[in-house]
Amino acid sequence: MTEKFVTAQSIDAVSCPLCNLLVSNSYRRTKSNHCPRCDGELSSRKKNSLNRTWALLITASILYVPANIYPILTLVSFGKSTTNTIVGGVLELMDAGQWTIAAIVFIASVLVPIFKIVALFFLVISVQFNFKWQPKRRAVLYRFTEFIGRWSMIDIFMISILIALVKLQAIATVEAGAGAIAFAAVVIITMFAAMTFDPRLIWDKLGEKV
Amino acid sequence: MREDIFIESDFAYTDTKLACPECDLVHAIADIKEGEQGRCIRCGALLFVRHRNSLDRALAFAITGLLFFILANMFPLLTFELDGRSQSNRLIDGAIAFLDEGYWELGIVVFVSSVLAPMMVLVVLVSLLLPLRLNRLPVLPQFQIRMLMHLRPWAMSEIFILGIIVAFVKLSDFAEVSIGLSLFAFILMVAATVMAYLTLDDEALWSRLDEVKS
Repeated sequence: MTEKFVTAQSIDAVSCPLCNLLVSNSYRRTKSNHCPRCDGELSSRKKNSLNRTWALLITASILYVPANIYPILTLVSFGKSTTNTIVGGVLELMDAGQWTIAAIVFIASVLVPIFKIVALFFLVISVQFNFKWQPKRRAVLYRFTEFIGRWSMIDIFMISILIALVKLQAIATVEAGAGAIAFAAVVIITMFAAMTFDPRLIWDKLGEKV
Repeated sequence: MREDIFIESDFAYTDTKLACPECDLVHAIADIKEGEQGRCIRCGALLFVRHRNSLDRALAFAITGLLFFILANMFPLLTFELDGRSQSNRLIDGAIAFLDEGYWELGIVVFVSSVLAPMMVLVVLVSLLLPLRLNRLPVLPQFQIRMLMHLRPWAMSEIFILGIIVAFVKLSDFAEVSIGLSLFAFILMVAATVMAYLTLDDEALWSRLDEVKS
């Protein structure tokens, strides 16, 4: 990469994190550190981006274990009770022949969380150790990871609907399980991890060595 | 396009150029046609969109969404029947059920993502765009716009719809499940919200705000 790119940082300016207005550092020093347009706080890069993302990712990885071991829901019907973990729920849908729905739940609840944690680990490591490899692909990977993260909430919403709907005392009831809390925590903490990661760091490190 | 970028040595702030929010590369804001998007030439991030009557359209969609949201809360989403007994649920019941079972953390999460945030998005859109349409200044416009940006990832109605579908399929295995009127209203509300977001052009919002101020 021989071309010199003009970035906000290189012209001594910052882009407002909320409204994207280009504000010079001299304005920040002399007037105010709040955006003249949206009044949000200005900063050049997300604060402590790498440390925060590391911390959130490690937390999410630990919680991923109970999320998959403990049941997310128990269905009691005519005295017979069945307990589902995340993966168990997918298998049950497959047994019932609901392949499309099984595939949706498998992607949202199993693939997406694993993919997200692995992708974010890869991104923080790549920035931490100054990888030069394919910045554009990493930028796309980040954008994709940030976009898909929310979709893992399907299972949590499904449980909330089941426990609200199925409460016919002796005939059928559904109860939530401890795994649901851990799973929701994984989804939300990885959403925060994606938000705290600053994709501009992928490009910053490239510029240093040019 | 990069040759065009000439940066004056001392500017305070400018809205004729912008830095890519994902890679910091500075771009001149190009004159693009309505309906087109501007993307970063280096990393491909979406920089800006232009729509004809952006604010009017977004307002129309937001009002539509708000009306459907009210309807979505008035009737049952699903009705479950087994052994001659039946039970229905409303939109808010999912959050309440978690609270009742002692899973208050999940109750709060579900309440925020399926009821509060989607509602606030629509309310804020209307309370920003309606006064602007009538040539008045909205209350605390900067605060409201910031709130809109922060709310965005936490409004998960479209995901809630998939949750409803999965719950429906799981239950129809062993019981009679029927769809309530609110489900249709809820789906239309989500469609209206998505359209409002797609048509809303942030730059148009800021420049309209400036116009009304002066």
